[in-house]
Amino acid sequence: MKKYSHWFYLIPALLVLVVFKIFPIVLSFGVSFFKWNMAGPSAFIALGNYISVFSDSLFWRSFLNTFYYTIFSLPFSIGLAMFFAILLNSVTRGKTLFRVIYYLPVVTSIVAVSVVWKWVYHPKVGLLNSFLSLFHLKGPAWLDEYRGIFELILRIDLPRGLEGPSLALLSLAAMSVWKSLGYDVLIFLAGLQNIPQTYYEAAKLDGAGAWKTFRHITFPLLSPTTFYVFIMSTIASFQVFAPVWLMTGPPAGGPVDSTNVIVFYLYEKAFQFFRFGAASATAFILFSLLLILTAVQRKYSERRVFYG
Amino acid sequence: MAKSKKIIVYAVLVLGAVSMVAPFYWMLITSFKTPSEAIAIPPTWMPSQFTLSNFKEAWTKVPWFRYFFNTAVVAVFVLIGNLSTSITAGYAFSNFQFKSKNKVFLLFLATMMIPMPVYIIPGYLILTYMNWIDTYAALIVPWTVSVFSIFLVRQHMKSIPSELWDASRIDGCGRFCYLFRVVVPLIKPALATISIFSIVSSWNSFLWPLVVTNSKNLRPIQVGLAYFTQEQSTDYTLLSAAATFTALPLVILFLFAQKQIISSFTRSGLKD
Repeated sequence: MKKYSHWFYLIPALLVLVVFKIFPIVLSFGVSFFKWNMAGPSAFIALGNYISVFSDSLFWRSFLNTFYYTIFSLPFSIGLAMFFAILLNSVTRGKTLFRVIYYLPVVTSIVAVSVVWKWVYHPKVGLLNSFLSLFHLKGPAWLDEYRGIFELILRIDLPRGLEGPSLALLSLAAMSVWKSLGYDVLIFLAGLQNIPQTYYEAAKLDGAGAWKTFRHITFPLLSPTTFYVFIMSTIASFQVFAPVWLMTGPPAGGPVDSTNVIVFYLYEKAFQFFRFGAASATAFILFSLLLILTAVQRKYSERRVFYG
Repeated sequence: MAKSKKIIVYAVLVLGAVSMVAPFYWMLITSFKTPSEAIAIPPTWMPSQFTLSNFKEAWTKVPWFRYFFNTAVVAVFVLIGNLSTSITAGYAFSNFQFKSKNKVFLLFLATMMIPMPVYIIPGYLILTYMNWIDTYAALIVPWTVSVFSIFLVRQHMKSIPSELWDASRIDGCGRFCYLFRVVVPLIKPALATISIFSIVSSWNSFLWPLVVTNSKNLRPIQVGLAYFTQEQSTDYTLLSAAATFTALPLVILFLFAQKQIISSFTRSGLKD
C-alpha cells in the first residue's frame, strides 16, 4: 500500500490531464481522417481532409496572412522591447511606475483591448486619425483597408501575391506589438540583469561609447533572451484569433479575407460550417508548425552559448 | 550619467508610457462623453460634461451581473482546483521516489506544448459527448490543472531541506500531515503566485468559453463583452463604458499585486 501512495497524490491531476488534454489530442488526430460533422463521423477518408485543406485557396490565404502578421510585428516587438528595456535598465527612479504602465496592456483582456483599439482605429473620429489631424494629415480607414501595404506605398496596382499584407492586417499586428510590449520588456530586463557589470566597466575603461557598448556587449550577451522572445512571440502570433473575430468585418476576417488567419480559418471550419474533420486537419498542420518552433527553441536554449 | 542624457532617456520613457496609456485614456474619456460628443469632429480630449448615463445604459442592456457572477464562480472553482492539484501533484513529484516519475513528469510537461486552438475542437467534441456544453463544469474542470503551477510548486518543494521530513517523521507526522503542517506553509509565496495567475487567466479567458457556451446564462465576462461588441457595434460610448467596467477589477488587482503578477507571467512563459 505504502509503495503506491504517490499515486494518491498524482491521480487528480493526471486524470484531468488525460481526459481533457491528452485524450483530446489523440481524438483530434483521429477525427482529422474522417468526414465528421455535427452528427459525428460519416466516413473514413484517410488524408482527404488534409488534401482538401491544402487545396483550399482560403487556407493558403490565411496561412500567408498569419505569416505576414508574424513577420511584420516581430521586428518591432523585439526592437522596441529591447530599446525600452535598455532605457529602463539605465534609470534608477520611477522604474516601478514605468514597469506598471508598460505592463498594463498585458494584463488587460484581449477582448477589452480589441474594443478599445477598434475605436482608436475609427476612420473618422478615432484617436489615431484625430491625432493625425492635429498635423493636418488625413489618416486612412485602418481596419477597412483591404489593399496591400506595398500597393499603398507605391500607389500602383500590383499582381496578386505581391501586394503584401493589407493595412487592416498590419493594424492588427501593430496592436499586438502594443499589447505585448510590456511583457517582452520585462523579459529583456531580466536578461540585461544577467549580464555581468564587469563587462561594462571594462568597456568604459577602453573608452567605448554607448553604441559600441551596445553592439559589442549588450546585444551579443542578450542574444539568448532575444532568441527566446523571438520564438515565444512567433508561437503567440501564430495563434492570434480574438482581434480578428472582434475587430474586423463584418464579416470577420475581412475586408476580402485580408485578415483571415489560420486559427480564424480553423474556427470557422469547425464552428460555422461544422466540418470538424477538416478543422482538425488544420489544427494538426498548425500544431506541427508550432512543435517545430518549440523544438528549435529547446535545441538552442540547451546550447547555453548563443553569442551570434 | 550626464544630466542632459538622463533627461532624454526619461523623455523617451515617458513618450513610451504615454503611448501605452493613450488608448486606455481614450476609452475612459469616451465612456464619460455624451454620444454626440463622442462622434464630434474634431474630437475633444476631455469630455465637456461628464455623464454617467453610458454606464447606466450599458449595464442595463445585457445581464452583466450574471456575467460577472459566472466569471467569479469559474475563477473560484478553477482556483481551488489549481491549488489542490498543484499541491498534491507537486508533492508527488518532489517528495516521492517511484520508477515512472520522470516519464510521468515529462508527460505533464508535454501537455504544455499543446496550443489552445488545437485543443478547442476535440475539447468541444468530448464535452458534447459528455453533455457538458453549457454547464459550469465545461468552463471549470478542464482548467483545474495547470502544469505550470505544478512545476512551480515542485521547484519550491524541492528546495525544502529533507531534514524537516526526517524530523516530522520522528515526531509521528506522516506524509499527509507533513504536507499540510510543514510544506504548504513554507511554499506560501509560490501558492500566491499560482493563485494570482489562475485568477487572471480565468478572468481573461475567451476562446474556450466562446466555444463551450451557447446560452447567455453561462457566458463569462469576456464572452459577454464580445457579444455586446457585436450587438452595439457602432455605439462607442456604450462599448467604452462596458470595456471600462469589465477591465476595471483586473486593473485594480494588478495595481495591488503588480509584483506577483509580473513575476508569475514572466516565469510562466505564457502570453495572454
